Amino acid sequence: MSAAHELTSAHRDDLRAVAAMIIPASDEYKVPGADDPAIQADMLATLGRDTALVTQALDHLAHLAGKPLAELDTAKRDAIATEFRATGGAAAATLVRVVLQCYYRDDRVLRSLGLELRAPFPKGYTLEQGDWSLLDPVKARPVKLRRSP
Amino acid sequence: MNKHDPVDVLIIGAGASGAAVAWSLAETKMHILCLDQGGWMNPAEYPSTGRDWEAKFYGDWSTSPNIRGRPEDYPINDDNSPIKVVNFNGVGGSTVMYTAHWPRLHPSDFKVKTFDGVADDWPIDYDALTPFFEENDRMMGVSGLSGDPLSPLTHPPMPPQPLGLSGPLIGKAMNELGWHWWPSDTTVATMDYEGRARCINLGHCTPACAQGAKASTDITYWPHAIRAGVEIKTHCRVREILTNEQGMASGVVYYDKDGVEQFQPAEVVIIACNGVGTPRLLLNSVSGRFPNGLANSSGLVGKNLMFHPYAQIYGFVKEVTDSNRAPPTCLWSKEFYDTDLSRGFVRGYGIQFGRGAGPVFEAVASEQKGILPWGADHHRVFRRLNGHRIGVSAICEDLPEEHNRVTLDPVLKDSHGIPAPKIDYTISENSRKMMDHGLARGREILEAAGATDICINNPIPWGGWHLLGTARMGTDPARSVVNEWGRSHDVKNLFIVDGSVFVTSGGVNPTSTIQAIALYVADQMKQRLANLFD
Repeated sequence: MSAAHELTSAHRDDLRAVAAMIIPASDEYKVPGADDPAIQADMLATLGRDTALVTQALDHLAHLAGKPLAELDTAKRDAIATEFRATGGAAAATLVRVVLQCYYRDDRVLRSLGLELRAPFPKGYTLEQGDWSLLDPVKARPVKLRRSP
Repeated sequence: MNKHDPVDVLIIGAGASGAAVAWSLAETKMHILCLDQGGWMNPAEYPSTGRDWEAKFYGDWSTSPNIRGRPEDYPINDDNSPIKVVNFNGVGGSTVMYTAHWPRLHPSDFKVKTFDGVADDWPIDYDALTPFFEENDRMMGVSGLSGDPLSPLTHPPMPPQPLGLSGPLIGKAMNELGWHWWPSDTTVATMDYEGRARCINLGHCTPACAQGAKASTDITYWPHAIRAGVEIKTHCRVREILTNEQGMASGVVYYDKDGVEQFQPAEVVIIACNGVGTPRLLLNSVSGRFPNGLANSSGLVGKNLMFHPYAQIYGFVKEVTDSNRAPPTCLWSKEFYDTDLSRGFVRGYGIQFGRGAGPVFEAVASEQKGILPWGADHHRVFRRLNGHRIGVSAICEDLPEEHNRVTLDPVLKDSHGIPAPKIDYTISENSRKMMDHGLARGREILEAAGATDICINNPIPWGGWHLLGTARMGTDPARSVVNEWGRSHDVKNLFIVDGSVFVTSGGVNPTSTIQAIALYVADQMKQRLANLFD
């Protein structure tokens, strides 16, 4: 059974709402928010071993909010978010990490950051040598190594 | 229980030390068998081959066996330790999953009691290991720059990693402070070497190298050992070592890949399971003759666990750093390595510098530290942080204390029902002072580099990479588990070659020294074959 089927509809609504609070869309940077449908779909499809903790976090969030997060006014939502992050422990940290790890692999987001849309292997990256003359003063230091008496 | 034909030498564990000792002993033409609880790795499945490479670090490729939870892993109860155990189980062991930082212990590290009046001296010295350090560097394939004025002389067969973008930032800061720094010796191949392709800067070295540029023993020692006749059986988890009526090891009981109990007789048993796995196995090998565990007449099996507490501090500079586009470490400093009592603690620490992190890691870590906000300002702040990190880690010498120990958990068991290890560990006052000193110096370094938004991890919680001291080496059977050439004081055909034999920990990553010791013990065994059990 996929994680999407293990989260209730209310869970998914709150996940979408809290994701948008963590990372809203930005016209300035031309990026979607973390509530973007494709990013949400990625989260649900790859929750895997994180499902239990994320569910626990969403239950905690629902308990704090008392109603769907999206129905709260901005001030109340912000207060709930602060309390959630402060009291949510490992479950809240896992939920936030899931949001971030899916957001920061989205093509549109990576493009906005100037990052290439690919896995590191097999192309890799080029690393410049750098200025090795910086090491000259260290090379000039006397050899100093404690030896057995 | 199925019983197999006896072998001359049985090695338990195919990681750093097991591979080295197997390769060295192969020239004896003895029948050598190695059992490992894991399997051969498939580099095509390594994280850096996929777009989700960073996410895997939090799950299937976590350094923590408790999080990773592969079938090859065994659980570890480390609730009573501020530093959590990290390792990897499979052919290659934790060399599959390490940063490839490759310092050696210093000569003075073997004579801590003599120099500083604390802990104990080793029964061997640096000079005894020198030829084996050199041999190991050739076998693993080391890159670096010879001539570091504050480190033991090495002869890396490959040139050092490039300084990249981050190295000069750190170098300038260290020069401004007048402090030592030097390009690290690493087991990252900077040129094609012995069938390994050169590094292409995948940037994600720790959870395995898809390029094969990072040395792990599955691609260095093992192919040579197998060609020389050593046999290796994978997915075989050893439960206990049995002994005969003479008190000699007679072989091991293990579970094969199908979970079927097997008995493998052996003339010699060598344990290479490192500082948690080795005491776990010995403590699980209980008999009427050895009621407190095998090789444990001293009562020291599992005691004196040393981790190397890591005090990490990092910040963000205006300049672009290497981020995830380079091996994570490239420089070290030994400025504060030796004892200076005016600092308020004895012994010292090495420093390893970090080049940066990938975007997911940066986002997750910075959000947790409270420097990456939720909401509209998230994007602006993230762009200031991402790709601008540099880091400083003080790797502190942990002195041996008997209350820091590995025991058997009374409840927790692995998938075969074998009791799991339990860790009880506290950071000593001396180590705390050392860590605080390291953080203060690290802050000076970062500030000299112009870094802001400085954050600390003190200690790095999932930083228990180095598992040392739990079956210590010594000449006195009452104060040590193995003698000066790795043989158990109690069981004369039982040897230990891994990090558990360390008497003290030094202030550097230990794998180079672990493997040098494994080669040294193998050499001692070869010289004494005619009277190995006398």
